[in-house]
Amino acid sequence: MADNTNQTTYKVSSNPHVRSKATTGGIMLMVIIALMPATGFGIYNFGLRAVFVICVCVASAVLSEFLFNLILKRKQSIFDLSAVVTGLLLALNLPVSIPLWMAGLGSFFAIVVVKMLFGGIGQNFMNPALGARCFLVISFPAAMTNFVTDAYTGATPLAALKAGENINIFDMIIGRTGGTIGETSLVAIIIGACFLILMGVIDLIIPGCYIVTFVLFLGIFGQRGFDPAFITAHLAGGGLMLGAFFMATDYVTRPMTKWGQVIYGVFLGIMTGVFRVFGPSAEGVSYSIILGNLLVPLIEKFTRPIPFGFKRSELKKLKGGK
Amino acid sequence: MKEKRVAERLFNGLIKENPTFVLMLGMCPTLAVTTSAMNGLGMGLTTTVVLALSNLIISLLRKFIPNRVRIPAFIVIVASFVTMVQLLLEAYLPALNTALGVYIPLIVVNCIILGRAESFAYHNPPLPSLFDGIGMGLGFSVALTLIGAVRELLGVGEVFGYRVMPQGYTPINIFVLAPGAFFVLAALVAIQNFIKKKAAAKGKDVSKVGSGCSEDCTNCGEKGCSKRFYDADAPGKNPVINEAVAIKTVEPEKTAEAEKTAEAEKTAEAEITAEAESTAEAKKTAEADNTAVVESEAAPIEEEIKEDDKNE
Repeated sequence: MADNTNQTTYKVSSNPHVRSKATTGGIMLMVIIALMPATGFGIYNFGLRAVFVICVCVASAVLSEFLFNLILKRKQSIFDLSAVVTGLLLALNLPVSIPLWMAGLGSFFAIVVVKMLFGGIGQNFMNPALGARCFLVISFPAAMTNFVTDAYTGATPLAALKAGENINIFDMIIGRTGGTIGETSLVAIIIGACFLILMGVIDLIIPGCYIVTFVLFLGIFGQRGFDPAFITAHLAGGGLMLGAFFMATDYVTRPMTKWGQVIYGVFLGIMTGVFRVFGPSAEGVSYSIILGNLLVPLIEKFTRPIPFGFKRSELKKLKGGK
Repeated sequence: MKEKRVAERLFNGLIKENPTFVLMLGMCPTLAVTTSAMNGLGMGLTTTVVLALSNLIISLLRKFIPNRVRIPAFIVIVASFVTMVQLLLEAYLPALNTALGVYIPLIVVNCIILGRAESFAYHNPPLPSLFDGIGMGLGFSVALTLIGAVRELLGVGEVFGYRVMPQGYTPINIFVLAPGAFFVLAALVAIQNFIKKKAAAKGKDVSKVGSGCSEDCTNCGEKGCSKRFYDADAPGKNPVINEAVAIKTVEPEKTAEAEKTAEAEKTAEAEITAEAESTAEAKKTAEADNTAVVESEAAPIEEEIKEDDKNE
């Protein structure tokens, strides 16, 4: 292929040919920045102990990854900041009263069992922070649902709502209620989510489908119709917003295809509705996202795009091989 | 010679071909009943008794059982022993019987027992079969007890009902629930593989003889066995690898070549040809996938597809 006149040589290389400048570390840094409003409000809301829980979680996550790589003689991967994000997200999903060793154990589980044992970042089949949260909920049900703190005594707004009590919607939107450290404030989470959307880190497909489906499900099966107060309370209470914007959109564990993301979002909405309306506990976001994570390979299989220039029938022939 | 075989069978069941950690058989009771060390041990020993006795009887009857109905015959024999064992457990160990519940009748369809009957007892004399059963059963018991002990230790803080962890220890509930069984099993298998790897690095022979090796390679269906056609009487372990195995182990490029020669000669075994063809086809498909994006090369791919169709 060389040009005869001026001896130009062309390099023939394998794909990918187009590379983005975005790095894992850069994206993770933006996620951390986006989580700052929720973190800050959590600390303001629950006091100094929240700082300890967050620090223990982040430190334990980073240390676990560092030691795992060190012991197994792998390339050190802590500098992509993903361990920090996992630790921070886990902390935001814990009640402030949790014993610190449990928080540390949860981070260890998230990093070592859910992420590193499956091959490190990009290989984990479920969101590490949520995997660890479910591990902790199953292991220590009492400590994980103890939302009684100095600031708030009594049930979380969702539990109160489920029991049929009245709740203050305005407090729920601002976040002056009980709950896990990062989930209480709708406003703080939305600010962070807007930042991520403006920076192009996430788009609205998954959170949009998730929330719309959930609202529809609630309106049909929630036995209160489309009562705005009821629906707002469900949207603002619990981990729905945190889950929809920060955990369902995790690059590794969400479907890659557009239609796959729509299916994924709708599935999450339905499952969260089922858990909250028909389930015995008030909350169900973490379980529905984990279930969704497990279905991702299947969803991707069915929404695989057709290569340019191919017809669907040809593709079928090629896949079948016979 | 005979004593050596007996010892070898025991060692084989316990370590080399441990049914849980190496063969990965009988996973259902392994995961379900090992909530405590005692349950694991009870399940293991119950299975051992059934396994040893059924192996013995099947081996004694191996000349009388027609090949066609061997599986039903095995099941009848195994089920008889399971019924006896269950009646004994009900009478003398009612607590264990309640704890193990439905998993005792399920021993009838335990794949370790049917597996050993099919692959070893049916082809071997009674004494080695009996000890094969005992070895495999003990291997199963040790594995279940280990899993049970770890789960009980972490999930309750006790081992065999005795408090081991300090009083302040908060039990991690998940370990006595279903997910814990998977965690512990995986961790123990990983440790076991790690030790094996170390031993292999030191030059010890850790390769397992194909499951249920009766040292009769001409009648053995186990194709991936590394000891295929080794001389049973010779002390040295020099496997004379036959051609079929050699073709299987060469790299994919060579497999395509093998396919050509096989087609030319038309004498090779049908199985091998089929396999080689499928790999070659897979390669073509993979190539097609890679180049599919480039529009200009779409035409040759279509030709290839047509060729494939013709071949079929």
